[in-house]
Amino acid sequence: MSRFLKLALLASAMASPLAAEPLGLGRAATPEEIALWDIDVRPDGLGLPAGSGDVMTGDKIYTEKCSACHGVFGEGTGRWPVLAGGQGSLSDARPVKTIGSYWPYLSTVYDYVNRAMPFGNAQSLTHDEVYAITAYLLYLNDEVDEDFVLSSDNFAEARLPNEEAFKPDDRAEVELVAFKEEPCMTECKPSVEITMRAAVLDVTPEETAAKVAAKAEETKASAAKPAPETPPAEAPVVEVAEAPAVDPALIKAGEKVFRKCKSCHQIGAKAKNRVGPVLNGIVDGPAGAVEDFRYSKPMAAAAEAGLVWTESELSAFLGNPKGYMKGTKMSFPGVRKEEDIAALIAYLRDASE
Amino acid sequence: MTEENQTGPSRRAFLTGVGAAAAGTLAGGASAQTDPAIAIHPWMQELGDGVDAAPYGMPSPHEADVKRRTVEWLTADPVSSINFTPLHDLDGTITPNGLCFERHHSGVARVDPAQHRLMIHGLVDKPLVLTMEDLKRFPRQNHVYFLECAANSGMEWRGSQLNGCQFTHGMIHNVMYTGVPLRLVLEEAGIKPEGKWLLAEGADAAAMTRSIPMEKALDDCLVAFKMNGEALRPEQGYPVRLVVPGWEGNMWVKWLRRLEVGDQPWHHREETSKYTDLMADGVARRFTWEMDAKSVITSPSPQAPITHGPGPTVLTGLAWSGRGTIPRVDVTIDGGITWHEARMDGPSTPKALHRFYYDFEWDGKPLLLQSRAHDSTGYVQPTKDALREIRGENSIYHNNGIQTWAVDADGKAENVEIS
Repeated sequence: MSRFLKLALLASAMASPLAAEPLGLGRAATPEEIALWDIDVRPDGLGLPAGSGDVMTGDKIYTEKCSACHGVFGEGTGRWPVLAGGQGSLSDARPVKTIGSYWPYLSTVYDYVNRAMPFGNAQSLTHDEVYAITAYLLYLNDEVDEDFVLSSDNFAEARLPNEEAFKPDDRAEVELVAFKEEPCMTECKPSVEITMRAAVLDVTPEETAAKVAAKAEETKASAAKPAPETPPAEAPVVEVAEAPAVDPALIKAGEKVFRKCKSCHQIGAKAKNRVGPVLNGIVDGPAGAVEDFRYSKPMAAAAEAGLVWTESELSAFLGNPKGYMKGTKMSFPGVRKEEDIAALIAYLRDASE
Repeated sequence: MTEENQTGPSRRAFLTGVGAAAAGTLAGGASAQTDPAIAIHPWMQELGDGVDAAPYGMPSPHEADVKRRTVEWLTADPVSSINFTPLHDLDGTITPNGLCFERHHSGVARVDPAQHRLMIHGLVDKPLVLTMEDLKRFPRQNHVYFLECAANSGMEWRGSQLNGCQFTHGMIHNVMYTGVPLRLVLEEAGIKPEGKWLLAEGADAAAMTRSIPMEKALDDCLVAFKMNGEALRPEQGYPVRLVVPGWEGNMWVKWLRRLEVGDQPWHHREETSKYTDLMADGVARRFTWEMDAKSVITSPSPQAPITHGPGPTVLTGLAWSGRGTIPRVDVTIDGGITWHEARMDGPSTPKALHRFYYDFEWDGKPLLLQSRAHDSTGYVQPTKDALREIRGENSIYHNNGIQTWAVDADGKAENVEIS
């Protein structure tokens, strides 16, 4: 401590005007600790790990781990990001910003895939897998041929086409000067008219749009129109449960566990296929049976073979999806605790009804 | 007025009263009826909850409608999405913690503070690891700052789209932070002279990173662990986040776990693919960190119509600038033919929200409402068209143009653009 203090004081006397009196708080980070967390990569290659990957390998990994959201050819599904194409569209009315059309540096692709992808299973890829995926993304953007191999050795040579189309923030010169005039306060224009209305588009979330309308109705409401005492309630649907009654606390616990699943799966009356299929009726239901969902080959094969998601089969799958079914699209590491799996299954059963 | 409203008769009376007032039948000579609200209500007779019925207090059930809302079609998935602060329901300048808009890239990280570490390394004399306990032993400060997402109002670049200032301007909040000046944490590690940039990284599954110039890092940034006096909410980065006053919200890294000092920026995804401003000619501005001066009328607005009919009316709104304070806001109710200086009210501190009021007598005719902020640098908030003139319509980010609400004779308001 005191030796560090002396050193720091010496340093402050010598170099940086920033150095203040250190407080001696915290502890030294070890090189091993830094290596574990220091994953960032810069355009000059700083931080890039040794390794390599080819387009064909990237294609396999991408199809398995990325295509569910980003599309087989990087075209994007739903609102998920488009990864390829769009070259030459940046000055169009609807520019398409992709790795090929917009991103300035390839290092950003490597860094981002390595740090945050696959979505929901971040930092699970090996260095070589990230190289391979990056190579494949270059291929999808017509930047390289199918026999291309990307490695730590040739990374620096790779250039993305849009690198030069970025400029520093020039608001100080272009805008701040222009927007400093004393504005007009009286008789600023002869007349005014409405040129555009949001109501024409009508994309405001329903709940609120409806509320606005309701509020306006209330405003207009004549004194003669009493508000109903209570809203007419819909007759509650009573279902006779054939299964033994399930502990509501278990279902509630299962709902919590299901949070992990929500980024890919929906369940309930309004459920839609997302990254993963709708889960209504999954417990004791046939595998691979949701319409309009593209299952992985192994899942489709299991469905063909008549797999049924009994509680025991489902427990085995949820505990270790990849171990249970090699090649499943479900890029989820699994639910570790048995009681959580039991709760999750209880919730899946309940939420399906 | 919520669904939970249990008091049927008084609710009806209220509506009747409103209707009658709007119809102008309460003028002198109207039959003197007793207001059913002037009555002995249950709460005047029954005992209420004792202390500790709610050890952490919550708003009245009548306020259940005051909440964050999302726009589902904006993003692919709620885990990587945004919701909006209900500005139309709030007053003053401080945003309650539970109403601060959320933006996550991989959901809310549920961090155990005992297992959380902040690592400082790179071009430093002594790479450090700090625990939360260590962090709380540095000298700390309190500051109120707004945090605005650079994409706030981004859906309005091509024209009026969303009906409500919650949706057009709700990617903003304003709270008091308690935190350690970032400068002190960096100086504890000792910045080498060539250390000109800082990479901040979050502990969530997105491992959010942004490059920050050292000059800003040493100026007014905070490593904050409290908001409005209590621990950061999980969705705001519990246990610790970066505060980058006046600059776009994406840089305010949540769940802050790592600070790396370097000699160049990193050009990571959030400062290349995202948070760069594409101009009409296909060239993009990068590192557009500062938030320009901006204002919005929060009431009347599409979600907050005028319900009381003609007469005394309170118009109110918020104004802010990433470059200083807001000494003046102009308001027009006739679509910009005539402007009036609004009344500024409440504290005025740099890079924080300011509240303004314009109290006027509504004649019951349609209105076109706008507000125009002036910041302490002399910058005047531009019209949307003036911005489009320079930037085109593909920027997505940094839309600080003047907002217009059209109010009809019924008091209903709509998001419009005008000549």
